Amino acid sequence: MDGVHDMGGMDGFGKVVAEQNEPPFHAPWEGRVLAMQRAMGYAGAWHIDHSRFAQEKLPPATYLTVSYYHRWALAMESNVLERGYATPDELKAGHAKTAGKNLPRKLTPDVVGASLSRASFYRPQQGPQKFKPGDRVRTKNIHPATHTRLPRYARDKVGVVELCHGCHMFPDSVATDRGDNPQWLYTVVFESRELWGPDADPTLKISIDAFEPYLDPA
Amino acid sequence: MAGHDHDHDHEHGSELSETQLRVRALETVLTEKGYIDPTALDAIIEAYETKIGPRNGSVVVAKAWTDPAFKKALLEDATKAVASMGHMSRVGDHLVAVENTPKRHNMIVCTLCSCYPWEVLGLPPVWYKSAPYRSRAVKDPRGVLDDFGIKLPKDTEIRVWDSTAETRFIVLPMRPAGTEGWSEEKLADLVTRDSMIGTGLPLNPGQK
Repeated sequence: MDGVHDMGGMDGFGKVVAEQNEPPFHAPWEGRVLAMQRAMGYAGAWHIDHSRFAQEKLPPATYLTVSYYHRWALAMESNVLERGYATPDELKAGHAKTAGKNLPRKLTPDVVGASLSRASFYRPQQGPQKFKPGDRVRTKNIHPATHTRLPRYARDKVGVVELCHGCHMFPDSVATDRGDNPQWLYTVVFESRELWGPDADPTLKISIDAFEPYLDPA
Repeated sequence: MAGHDHDHDHEHGSELSETQLRVRALETVLTEKGYIDPTALDAIIEAYETKIGPRNGSVVVAKAWTDPAFKKALLEDATKAVASMGHMSRVGDHLVAVENTPKRHNMIVCTLCSCYPWEVLGLPPVWYKSAPYRSRAVKDPRGVLDDFGIKLPKDTEIRVWDSTAETRFIVLPMRPAGTEGWSEEKLADLVTRDSMIGTGLPLNPGQK
């Protein structure tokens, strides 16, 4: 979706300000949010792209003004409610009123170590790969109202395939509950002038990781 | 209570406590429903506070600086190379190391959310997840470097990697001069987190 989360190339946000000696969490609840997200993901309650999509659907003003883990918490509430893991009444009361749904598994302390490694996103290929390193491609001009990982600044642009990362689950499908729909994934590199026009820094090159459905031969 | 019915102008004190209460309510409900175990949450938090941080990446970089065969393996398949070190948990299947050279400087960003190589660098800093960094890194990386006090030669190629899928990137910075004969351990102390994101350079021997 064409939301404020898709920030690449926007002006006006100011300087990057780094915090010195930044702690892992700025308040204990931030850690709880991160850990809950991990635990619900491990349990199979939803996928990472459902979390991303839920954040993208937050009102733009909310997205831009609340902190990172606060955004996670709001997205988690959306997924809990939309997927029927709890009711609005229960979240409001802070207590469960009925038993939970069955989930494939549960994160317990003995398996936390193993759960900290990311899952594999590789999936069996559904067809031959269309592109190889060195091929020129044009990204599609698409504007789906739902989750996509093709940023606006890199749509309808010509680039060169640099790497192929194998076949991965396709976020656009996963986020809308249409299954893994595995697709080939490539690193595609663009000259700065292709993206930002004739005044762009000529020493700059930018790459995205693009799923095959985002690409046409060029 | 999907959370959009309040004003969220600022992350001020009263809102923080409201957030805290909401998060606690969520955790209680998910626990009572049987989905999560709070003691597992404690263990996750502890791991990120004490074990999973940029030192993991620093050790990888220092090894690449001293062991040419490892460096080659790292650049060919970072997932496999890092796993072979055995000093940390598996990094998932999708790690790619990109090498800085005198001609090319690499920088990592995620413009769409905040994808970051957690296993080797720990939790991302707030600035990495912020709008200023996510918006500018792909268009004005030299301006971003300037914010970090870094100036590169005008003709150095800048390559920005936008992490738009599940591939995660780590920058292999250049080894500082004057470190000949240093041990991996000592070299690792020079490898800053920001040098592995591309918004910084490793420390020089005199800086440590």
